[in-house]
Amino acid sequence: MENLLHEPHPLETILLSRRFRLENSASIDTFLANDGFAGFRKALTMTPEEIVAELKLSNLRGRGGAGFPVGMKWSFVDRKSTKPRYVVVNSDESEPGTCKDRMILQYDPFRIIEGVLIAARAIGSERGWIYMRGEYRYLIEHMNAAIATAYERGWLGKNIQGSGLNFDFSTQSGAGAYECGEESALLESLEGKRGNPRLKPPFPAQVGAFQCPTVLNNVESYSAVPDVLLKGGQYYADLGTPRNGGTRLLCISGHVNRPGVYEVRLGMNMLQAVNELAGGVWKGRKLKAIIPGGSSCPVLKAEECDIPMDYDSLGKAGSMLGSGGMVVLDETADMVKLAARIMKFYAHESCGWCIPCREGTTWLKKILTRLDDGIGAPADIDTVEQLAVNMFGHTFCPLGDAAAMPTMAIVRKFRPEFEAKLQAARTAFAPAPGTRSLPVLR
Amino acid sequence: MTFSPELEARFAKMLENYPPGRQKGALVPMLLYAQDETGSITPELIREIAQRLSIKPLEVDEVVDFYSMLHRRPYGKHHIQICTNIACQTRGGEELWEHACKTLGIGNKEVTPDGLFSLEEVECLGACAWAPALQDGYQYHHHMTIESFDKLVADVRRAEKAQ
Repeated sequence: MENLLHEPHPLETILLSRRFRLENSASIDTFLANDGFAGFRKALTMTPEEIVAELKLSNLRGRGGAGFPVGMKWSFVDRKSTKPRYVVVNSDESEPGTCKDRMILQYDPFRIIEGVLIAARAIGSERGWIYMRGEYRYLIEHMNAAIATAYERGWLGKNIQGSGLNFDFSTQSGAGAYECGEESALLESLEGKRGNPRLKPPFPAQVGAFQCPTVLNNVESYSAVPDVLLKGGQYYADLGTPRNGGTRLLCISGHVNRPGVYEVRLGMNMLQAVNELAGGVWKGRKLKAIIPGGSSCPVLKAEECDIPMDYDSLGKAGSMLGSGGMVVLDETADMVKLAARIMKFYAHESCGWCIPCREGTTWLKKILTRLDDGIGAPADIDTVEQLAVNMFGHTFCPLGDAAAMPTMAIVRKFRPEFEAKLQAARTAFAPAPGTRSLPVLR
Repeated sequence: MTFSPELEARFAKMLENYPPGRQKGALVPMLLYAQDETGSITPELIREIAQRLSIKPLEVDEVVDFYSMLHRRPYGKHHIQICTNIACQTRGGEELWEHACKTLGIGNKEVTPDGLFSLEEVECLGACAWAPALQDGYQYHHHMTIESFDKLVADVRRAEKAQ
């Protein structure tokens, strides 16, 4: 497998990624020799309530995008339900800008299994699946091998390490659908159907996989759990900022000198991350804007980026920490082209179930593509904003919001660029002075 | 219809992974793994999978068009998927795509006459930190340039000739 690692940067806080650079990091023996399954062993000495309490104390929030507190999510599962309870790992990783789950899958797959086992103990589950995007085939095979090894060595299956806990786990391949990263659509895909989202409530904690109570979190969220138990929830919370505990993997891409996946404390300054970790904007250029957490997140202009990177601070700044997929844009970035490309993505990935998203993303894609070509009137820019505003909050699932938010941000913050494109097209064939001409359309 | 022994074994194991009576959960992975061997989702394959899962062929059919990795017509021996989404776009992904189309003389989801290559403009592959990225089948290629693309094509052609 290709090496995806860089030299660790002194400003990283290496906790979750601490086994990545060990020789044979993905082998179970390396894992066991380096605290592997120690968190799970700790979990076996704790009651489910104690595990959930420690997670709540840690302020670990979902690392997939929404940032919902993990402990709280697990506490919603009805342990007294007579139905079987399930653990599902969201490894669909398709948010543009995001490439971090891939690192955990490649370099420390047993960590994921450990996190899942702790969840199984916390909710009383005996079955789970890791839903992996179809394009990650090499990682699916890699995880299959890890799972087989775990069974062989008694870390999966019946009476795990004599604990009395049974747990079966397997991979589930996707086949190319961003919407299947949405938790309810993922569950539909797991059941062998089109990845259309479900009406919520009920949430997966009540009605999840195969209509049974289910805990469903991102790969990185499960991966963080062992250290919460090993080092303690308070320790984990103190690494970050109030209500935003721990560390997270940050994917820095775009116009930087050292793109890569870096592990940072929640609360690290965003500009510091770009300038120190990623070596600053490339080619000696100036920073123009940053998309902080995946393409769904409203873009932040350079002057808005001097903020701590945690869920609450980014929320206050009008954006989101999201999936940690940070795309950095320099002064040459074409924001109109960017807006058009982002909408092209959402129009393609729209599941088609609800009208505002299906029609809204398609219509917006048409207008934005046309505006990128300089064809249109200034009123069309207003139409883009109105459409996005009307789509936001009116769709069946958050994909519509994910399309609307970045569009509104780009249009509102970079409107002059849209107008300039229209103006440039209009004057491209300006009539000679003193002559009459018909209106020009390209 | 039978598949390779490895795939038959994989299918048998997969069917054990779901709660009793819920084997339809194997549908999407089965279609993808089967497509690797049959080359595309054919009506015959749809009937076969439906039969194995005890569901109607329509229940298989209605899923195929949703998932972008499933296709009803065969692609080239080397299906090159180039990402032009935002992280790759910032580092030359679009130029790479245009170069690929020009070099191979085909467009999106088209196959070269010799059946060796097909192209697809895809969405984010999860390789943003190593952009621009493409996949040749399931194989990732990172830090792509015009030159490394030309080399990839040349290497494939050379290997074909050698056979």
